[in-house]
Amino acid sequence: MLAFVLTLVLLLGIVIVLAYAERKVAAFMQDRLGPTEAGPYGSLQSVLDVVKLLQKEDIIPAAADKKLFKLAPILIFAAVFAGFAVIPFAPELVPAGIGIGVFYLLAIISLDVVGLLMAGWGSNNKYAMLGAMRSVAQIVSYEIPAGLAILSVVMVCQSLDFQEISYQQGILLNRFSGLEFEQNWLFGIEALGIDTTKIGGITTWNIFRAPILLVAFVIYFIASLAESNRAPFDIPEAESELVAGFHVEYSGFRFAVLFLAEYSMMVLVSLVAVILFLGSWNTPLPNLTALKLANWTTGTIGGVSGILWGGFWLLSKTFVLLFLQLQIRWTYPRLRVDQLMHLCWKVLTPIALAVVLLAGIWRLLMI
Amino acid sequence: MERTALKHKAGFWEVTKSLLSGLRLTWKHFTNAGKRRNPVPVMDKNYFNQPEGLVTLTYPYEAIPVPDNGRYRLHNEIDDCIVCDLCAKICPVNCITIESVKATEEIGMTSDGTKKRLYAPVFDIDMAKCCYCGLCTTVCPTDCLTMTPVYDFAEVDIKNMIYHFTDLSPEEAAEKKQLLQKQQEEMAAAKAAALAARKQQG
Ligand code: SF4
Ligand code: SF4
Repeated sequence: MLAFVLTLVLLLGIVIVLAYAERKVAAFMQDRLGPTEAGPYGSLQSVLDVVKLLQKEDIIPAAADKKLFKLAPILIFAAVFAGFAVIPFAPELVPAGIGIGVFYLLAIISLDVVGLLMAGWGSNNKYAMLGAMRSVAQIVSYEIPAGLAILSVVMVCQSLDFQEISYQQGILLNRFSGLEFEQNWLFGIEALGIDTTKIGGITTWNIFRAPILLVAFVIYFIASLAESNRAPFDIPEAESELVAGFHVEYSGFRFAVLFLAEYSMMVLVSLVAVILFLGSWNTPLPNLTALKLANWTTGTIGGVSGILWGGFWLLSKTFVLLFLQLQIRWTYPRLRVDQLMHLCWKVLTPIALAVVLLAGIWRLLMI
Repeated sequence: MERTALKHKAGFWEVTKSLLSGLRLTWKHFTNAGKRRNPVPVMDKNYFNQPEGLVTLTYPYEAIPVPDNGRYRLHNEIDDCIVCDLCAKICPVNCITIESVKATEEIGMTSDGTKKRLYAPVFDIDMAKCCYCGLCTTVCPTDCLTMTPVYDFAEVDIKNMIYHFTDLSPEEAAEKKQLLQKQQEEMAAAKAAALAARKQQG
């Protein structure tokens, strides 16, 4: 229960910051000022937006399927929020450390799609329905390359446990029960004979441990943009052209929940990218000669310093990825539907399949 | 640098390069966000030479100065107005309303030395109708009707858009009218008396 509340509070905090950052980043990239009035530099803007939404009337269209309409936002948010349960925030700090976290996450995130369809169908509005169909088509398609990219990580790490994958990517490798005698090699190639177990830092991140995962990371990142309906894959919503996609009929609190779910999805996919590819809560600074940077910036496992350092690295890496998501949104034009499907089925999926194969071969080099 | 459009089937590296150059562009603008454009007036020679920085003008707190000869809200310096009615006549939308009352004695002089002989109990300009053509200011013989640099004068009630420039209170106006009437009556009486006297003589 405590974990639930803490995660929810943390998530709300991140989402508020993110919503504010989105507006500021967008403004700066377009040579504007962005919000300036609410609080210093407009920093209370997103808080006020939430308060405004909560005050608004909760309109349920007369012709809507009331049950589905009311339930959908909660289901969507619950599906995304449930994903956070298996995210490790620091060594020994994970809301629910289950052994098949990756599998669970992929499964629970897919529930999101059901919620989207419920919202679109329940609204009894052709635009909402079309928006929902597009969303679902897009998310279902892009789950394939994303899933394959994650699969290659799972093959390299030989684990479905997020926490174990995290431990593997740093100097704390041998502290995880079951991995006491594991070793990390530079680029994962044992034949090179360079042992990086004690060097840690960036050299043991998954994208360095098995450089083929760099490709997997790019694929996952692109697919994750599509899964969270972010530009350039935001046809379902297309704020500037369409009304709003599947949530066109929503207002007030339910809209706020949908909004929250959308931003939570962004945070979640970035967190997963960081954990699977970018060293999770491990420090990027390696131990080199006498400079034990990795040891200094890791803290003691299970202690306060360990939690603080772990949380700091995890969140700062996540924010870098989130910033990249924002920047991409304000840089690239939207893809057409056929281009979207072309990219998914004819480009990303075949490459992802090849990456899975290569990752398997790489794993053979690592042992 | 010459720019060429990407072909539909450009190679992988071409596309990657163009994607990266897009990111570079937005990043450049992001890093320049510390700078602001100076709110210099359009007359300034640097007005068009500020390629960098945020363009937002936080209007009520700062404003770009307007040109001296810009056409904004009208102002009438009633002390200098000789109530010649020229402005009301030329106005294409008839938004100036002037009522005049002849003065019984000389009122004084305008600052450019013209004698004032008329009072203006009503001198209203309806800014809601005004089309800011500026004709009234050009015909004004004493240059008392001018354009000010004020452009932010929206009102909640449209009645407030009518500007009253008269310096006479209604009582004063009534008094002046009475004075005039009295003088005219006196003059008429004097005239009648003179006429009667001539008749008697003749
Ligand atoms: S500016 Fe033109 S429209 Fe306005 S009061 Fe003068 S003459 Fe009339
Ligand atoms: S033209 Fe000038 S002087 Fe004549 S009535 Fe108008 S404001 Fe007065």
